Amino acid sequence: MVVARTLLSGHSRLSRLVLSPNPQKAKPMKARLQRKHPLIVRLSHWLNVPVLAIMIWSGLLIYWANDVYRIQFGSVVLFKFFPEKFYDLLHLDHRLAEGMAWHFAFMWLFALNGLVYVGYTLVSGEWRYLLPNRQTLAEAFHVVLHDLHLTKKPLPPRKFNGAQRLAYTGVILMGLGSLVTGLAIYKPVQVSWLTNLLGGYEAARLEHFALTIGYVLFILIHLAQVVKAGWNNFRAMIIGREFIRESEPNWNQPAVPEASHD
Amino acid sequence: MTDPRTAENKKLDPEESYQSNQVLNPDDWLPEEDAKRLTSRTSRRGFLIAAGAGIAAVSGWQWLRTRPNDDGIPWPLRKVLNLNGNVAGALSPLSRLSPEYSKSQARMPRANGTIGLENELGIDWALNVFGLTDPAKPITLSLSDIQALPRVEMVTRLCCIEGWSEVVHWAGARVSDLAARFPLATADARLLSSPHPNINTAAYLSAMTPDGEYFVGLDMKSALHPQTLLCYEMNGQPLEPIHGAPLRLTVPVKYGIKSLKCVGALRFTNQRPPDYWAMRGYDYYAGL
Repeated sequence: MVVARTLLSGHSRLSRLVLSPNPQKAKPMKARLQRKHPLIVRLSHWLNVPVLAIMIWSGLLIYWANDVYRIQFGSVVLFKFFPEKFYDLLHLDHRLAEGMAWHFAFMWLFALNGLVYVGYTLVSGEWRYLLPNRQTLAEAFHVVLHDLHLTKKPLPPRKFNGAQRLAYTGVILMGLGSLVTGLAIYKPVQVSWLTNLLGGYEAARLEHFALTIGYVLFILIHLAQVVKAGWNNFRAMIIGREFIRESEPNWNQPAVPEASHD
Repeated sequence: MTDPRTAENKKLDPEESYQSNQVLNPDDWLPEEDAKRLTSRTSRRGFLIAAGAGIAAVSGWQWLRTRPNDDGIPWPLRKVLNLNGNVAGALSPLSRLSPEYSKSQARMPRANGTIGLENELGIDWALNVFGLTDPAKPITLSLSDIQALPRVEMVTRLCCIEGWSEVVHWAGARVSDLAARFPLATADARLLSSPHPNINTAAYLSAMTPDGEYFVGLDMKSALHPQTLLCYEMNGQPLEPIHGAPLRLTVPVKYGIKSLKCVGALRFTNQRPPDYWAMRGYDYYAGL
């Protein structure tokens, strides 16, 4: 059984040697360390880890002072944001001033990082891999079915598949949303037109909060997908390149212009 | 940078053998063993740099949060808050008004703080106002003196720094009208002729409860803002003691912490006055 499986796996050297009609004349297996994530994308991605951590943490310190949101139907409260235990456990209570200080210092870094990332993807042409296109919706549906093991049809070789394009474009829009709703509650007099546009002061605060919950959900799914995609994929976000064999399906096979990378 | 023609040739000739001392180009298709060796070398370097960056980030965080406090928060954060305040102040024209609502939307806000209100007020309450030129000699005003100033009504949102807000119908007199009626706010002891602060105008307004327990400082632009009032009515009723009877400040361009309840003294000054909550870690500017 083990042997049979090895024979069937197309990428193993053993299978090639065994299946090749003439092992002596088999071409040597070729592979390369192929460019994937440009340096600025990696820096910007990893800077998000401390910056988002500080923004979400300090946001919780602020939210604690008026923690009014809950999911409820009629008079039945399904979930309260957040249970007292949550604040106790993470020491989030009675720290409003501290939370505001951190939040209003690191907001600059959050905004600047987003600006650099978006600017770079636009200038470099990297946006071509990231923005949804005509095939994206159907492909994203396929990816979801595939991940739920409802279809065996293989995913197309792409740098970012349809689901990723939607997720990575969506999270950038969420970031923009956080900046806009944040500004609306930070300066509701100076930008009262914006606060009004978002439905008013109270609505903008709720929107700002909901977006944060959205990030947390994004991060959870993102981490699960990273684990699922494996080491080579994760490593590429650090070293910028992924190990790939010539025989494997390759998103970069009809070579993309070198200029679009670092 | 490799010569593109050379790279092309290599692609066309996969049988080409590689010497072990040759510099390997990761962009080329290499024999798998070479590519693997190159991968581990590149990974080692990449992960070392990543570990270094991680350590630097944690050290930076530790450094920042252990800096000596400046009024309750690490001084670098205080510097950023002050910078934010300066930027916001520079971008806030006096013409930018807090949005107004209809009277039917007005509610009584929760009474959130009692600091400075715990001592029983005598019937001899009076407002002492210290001018810029003669800071030792205040003028003493009664409630009817304030009520004699032009009456202003507005329905604005009171935003608490805690995150809740309430629409309130206020009635009172503008601080700018007080400074236009009495020679308080200018260095040459003149009446204020325009609400736009100039080189002659005091830089700050300080307000304090009669017992001195609660105190706020306002930049002059905010103090002279047309919606900054000395209020004697809320939602059509005379002020209740819990909301600062007989006279309170309301500053709709600031968080509620600046809307001091029960004003006992006002002072026009060029020194930045102490501020109760700014001393406890909050932003001094606290502008909306």
